[in-house]
Amino acid sequence: MTAIETSEVRPPVLAVGPLAWVRKNLFSSWYNVALTLLAIWLSYVLLKPAYQWATTEARWGVIEANLTLFMIGTYPRDQIGRVWLSIFLLAALIGLSWGVWKNAARGFAFIALGAGAAFILIALYFGWDVWDEWLISEAILLISYFIGRFLPRGALMATIAWLLYFPLVFLLIAGTRYIATLPPVPSNLWGGLLLTLLLTVVGNFGALPLGILLALGRRSKLPVIRYFSIGYIELIRGVPLITILFMASIVLALFLPIDVRPDLVIRAMIGFIIFEAAYQAENVRGGLQAIDRGQYEAANALGLSGTQTMVLIILPQALRAVIPALFNSFISLFKDTSLVAIIGLFEVVRISRSILAQSEWLGTHREVFLFAFMIYWLFNLAFTYGSRRMEEALGVGKR
Amino acid sequence: MRKLFPLFSLVVVASIMLAACGTPVAATPVTVEVTRIVTSEAPAAAADTPVVEAQPTAAPPPVAGGERLQTILDRGQLVCGVHGTFQGFGFVDSAGAWTGFDVDFCRAWAAALFNDADAVEFRGLSAQDRFTALASGEVDVLSRNSTWTYTRDAELGLTFGPVTFYDGQAIMAKKDVVSDSAAGLDALEGANVCVQSGTTTELNLADQFRAAGVNYTPVVFEDQNAAFQAYDEGRCDAITSDRSQLATQGQAVLQNFADHVILDVVMSKEPLAPAVAQGDDKWADVVHWVVYGMIQAEELGITSENVDTFLTSEDPVVRRLLGVEGELGSKLGLSNDFVYRAIKLVGNYGEVYDRNLATFNLARGQNELWTNGGLMYAPPMR
Amino acid sequence: MNIQSFWRDIRFLKILAQVIFILLLVLAAGYLYRNVSTNLARQGLAVGYGFLKNPASFGIGESFISYEPSDTYGRALLVGLVNTLVVSALGIVFTTIVGVLAGVARLSSNWLISRFAAAYVGLIRNTPLLLQLMFWYFAVIIQLPSVRDAIQLPGPIYLTQRGIYLTWAEATSTFSAWRVFLIIALISIPIIWYILRTAQRRASVPLSPWWTLAYIFVPAFIIWLGAILQPEPPLRPFVPELSGLNFKGGVRLTPEFAALLFGLVTYTGAFIAEIVRAGIQAVAKGQVEAARSLGLTSSQTLRLVVFPQALRIMIPPVTSQYLNLAKNSSLAIGIGYPDLFSIAGTTHNQTGAAIEIITIMMLSYLSISLFTSLLMNIYNKRIQLVER
Repeated sequence: MTAIETSEVRPPVLAVGPLAWVRKNLFSSWYNVALTLLAIWLSYVLLKPAYQWATTEARWGVIEANLTLFMIGTYPRDQIGRVWLSIFLLAALIGLSWGVWKNAARGFAFIALGAGAAFILIALYFGWDVWDEWLISEAILLISYFIGRFLPRGALMATIAWLLYFPLVFLLIAGTRYIATLPPVPSNLWGGLLLTLLLTVVGNFGALPLGILLALGRRSKLPVIRYFSIGYIELIRGVPLITILFMASIVLALFLPIDVRPDLVIRAMIGFIIFEAAYQAENVRGGLQAIDRGQYEAANALGLSGTQTMVLIILPQALRAVIPALFNSFISLFKDTSLVAIIGLFEVVRISRSILAQSEWLGTHREVFLFAFMIYWLFNLAFTYGSRRMEEALGVGKR
Repeated sequence: MRKLFPLFSLVVVASIMLAACGTPVAATPVTVEVTRIVTSEAPAAAADTPVVEAQPTAAPPPVAGGERLQTILDRGQLVCGVHGTFQGFGFVDSAGAWTGFDVDFCRAWAAALFNDADAVEFRGLSAQDRFTALASGEVDVLSRNSTWTYTRDAELGLTFGPVTFYDGQAIMAKKDVVSDSAAGLDALEGANVCVQSGTTTELNLADQFRAAGVNYTPVVFEDQNAAFQAYDEGRCDAITSDRSQLATQGQAVLQNFADHVILDVVMSKEPLAPAVAQGDDKWADVVHWVVYGMIQAEELGITSENVDTFLTSEDPVVRRLLGVEGELGSKLGLSNDFVYRAIKLVGNYGEVYDRNLATFNLARGQNELWTNGGLMYAPPMR
Repeated sequence: MNIQSFWRDIRFLKILAQVIFILLLVLAAGYLYRNVSTNLARQGLAVGYGFLKNPASFGIGESFISYEPSDTYGRALLVGLVNTLVVSALGIVFTTIVGVLAGVARLSSNWLISRFAAAYVGLIRNTPLLLQLMFWYFAVIIQLPSVRDAIQLPGPIYLTQRGIYLTWAEATSTFSAWRVFLIIALISIPIIWYILRTAQRRASVPLSPWWTLAYIFVPAFIIWLGAILQPEPPLRPFVPELSGLNFKGGVRLTPEFAALLFGLVTYTGAFIAEIVRAGIQAVAKGQVEAARSLGLTSSQTLRLVVFPQALRIMIPPVTSQYLNLAKNSSLAIGIGYPDLFSIAGTTHNQTGAAIEIITIMMLSYLSISLFTSLLMNIYNKRIQLVER
């Protein structure tokens, strides 16, 4: 038995390595070759003029001059400290959550850090002067991370902090007559990304309780409640969002007593809550359907009443299963807030239109619209990434 | 018995429901009786002590049917519906400062009520929701270049104030489509015309072109600036709106105003007037008489700069107007010098006009005083 | 029988709960109704649908049925409804094509193509539709050259900022005679189906698949026969020609319509692409492996094995995307296309009849939604697996 001579022979060049990858992915068959050539030609024809335009002809000054308008609309400039305070509190909360819950919140924390760093770099490059506030917020995030790690009863504190955060931000932005340092800022001055975020958050979290009630009602065995829930859900899902916003802005005042006249932002929020509740109901219903009968039977066997079963056993599991759908609806509501442009609120899309009407920046459609696209796109991308990391950490859908 | 009980409970419940729905609907608004201590301040009879500041607020006697006015006075601030993106008439810049012809009238009303021209909260309203906002009570007064028409007065639940700006609808076209401003509408045969929705402009456009027998295609936008931009880019051959709007927005928003020509054709009468919600005569009167006071002041030559010198005038007309003598203000529930406040803090009609519209070269034309051949005519204040 | 047993009786409690719920609903409705009456009376507004008979007095930019400003408000709303239906129907057809193509491209083995599709889907799905519509309208369509310098594509198709002009077919004098042949050709299709089915049942071996070509050739032959029997061809190309300031002839897509259609098609297409991708990927890998081991090529596998199974998974979410498209057409107000919502808004402005207008609008959209989902549910039931 002779030993078989083996010598080191490297694999053929066309089988591994970058050339092989190119061959397999781009040129594997004749029509793939044709497609690849077509794609390369298309990208050259489309991207080259776009790149040329972006670097030479485009007037990016319009963005720089109106950045504050994009971000906060016509919010009084001397009160801008309140907006920054809200951002600092948010950074603190994200850092705290990261410290307390580690993996679940890590995605969002990375996003916040990355976004902050990107803003700092861009601001330094363009010579804007907002970079020191961003630096402070990054520092706050890191400090609260360390606090969160060593905080006793961290989960409880962090949850309470999150629950308190939203009313507090509302108070900061809106102001009140009773606190001297927070003069009231009427809601028709709110605008830009600030207004978009406020509408999204209120619309989503305000609709969730109503959505849960509707989902439970839809599964109820009492026919009256069931038909009412089904009727509401199907009615709202069958009409466009713009008609509900139209109804909220024009008709809602008719349904309220004479001296109750909420302003347009509140009415838009009510419209969003009415609309989103129907969609959240469907999401929660999906989660409820995923719970198997064994849970109900075990709860029954343990002697829990119907309400206790629902609140303590079923709903927590159902809500955890619908976390991906909840994030999806957050993202889609974030996009849908652009519709309030049609009823007269100055969020990002309408602010873009009003910027295009300024005399010095006539004709800058493409720059302004592209910037608005960027805002939405980056925000959605960031949120998708963070939510996906959270789902992975929580093991949603796997256990 | 067990089977009858649900039936019995249903009957009980049904009777409760019927009883609840049977209460008559309250249709008449409740008049609020406010008793206040009226501190009567005798106006300084000594004519040689000019009052530099407005006299301390004499609390007005309660007025019947004046609940809107009372609400405003209690609130201490006027809520005024304005345009927001219309330079010259109602515009807010990126820092949040409001300027404009209609905006200044809001300030004049606030000055008359509260002796403070900044006691106003401005709400920018779109053309679609301006009347609903007013009728539902969201704003106290609408000062938003709105045309006074029969339907709006009768059907939409509004009451209009005095006309502050006599305007007319006009149509603007590019010079290479229509070169001569004296051309008629038939020069625009088959044209695409940009127009804003929710306005009388839309209706008049249809009427005028039908009357002239000219074919056209409307391109309707819900935002006036979008209409101008589309027209500028070439989507439409012409754009129609109030003449004042074409002149001011045209200069502000079009890339080269000299390439466009506004035809001389007057397509309709457009008397622009402020409006209040129907049903509150006292507040409507206040709106009326502050404006008339400003027009009368211009007629008498009183401006914001020289108003203090007029306080010592011997002319009874001037004295009554400025509240030096007479009880004009208290009949409305205001202080007697409400016109003085408006003039001093904001200005007379001519000053308001020049401050806002002179830069756009808008000649006063029909908006001159009646003594100069225009239509601005204030009823006597006595 | 004692009273106590009532309160423990579950049937009684259920009825009581529902009665209380109804009572609360009625009380709330009554309260709202009272508020509405008070508010309307205070503003001096009347309620009623009588305004629908009044003349509208405003012009409408484009309509597929005839309309004059002297027509009634009811007619104007009908014009809006037809506009919405037309753009929704066309949109549904085109977005299916775009979505399926993009979904399949996403799964392509060609890296460039799949990245392009992923970029398209990722960009479009994450930005709002209103912004995209405005971008299409203000930054693309209106920026096209004016009529005199139109871009010409083979067809000829002209792209201008006043619209897109397509070459279409125009009926000549012999068209109505030729129409008879068209109808005969259409009738022949089910006849062929019946003949082939009967022949298949009688035969002992499967018929050659070439017979299915009869579906195409027999009607085509009939149509061609009818055309050559006429003295003049029944259709001729309707080519747009520049005359004066505008093109005459051809079919014109107004800029608003074109922007709305493109925007809706690309937006919904991105969502459908994701659904198609998920549907194809949800088909078990075992199916693909078995098909490949049986010798089917990868395109045959896709067509015969994967897609039919994926279709079952895809239909419900695609249905809801179709509904979204129909509902999203209401954003046309932002770019000036006179759809139902836009005309209803104008009518409300001129008449002040808020509640009636909203009721009409919501009922119309609700009917469109219910009708579409009814159709798709029927189709869905037909293709469902019948489980043991």
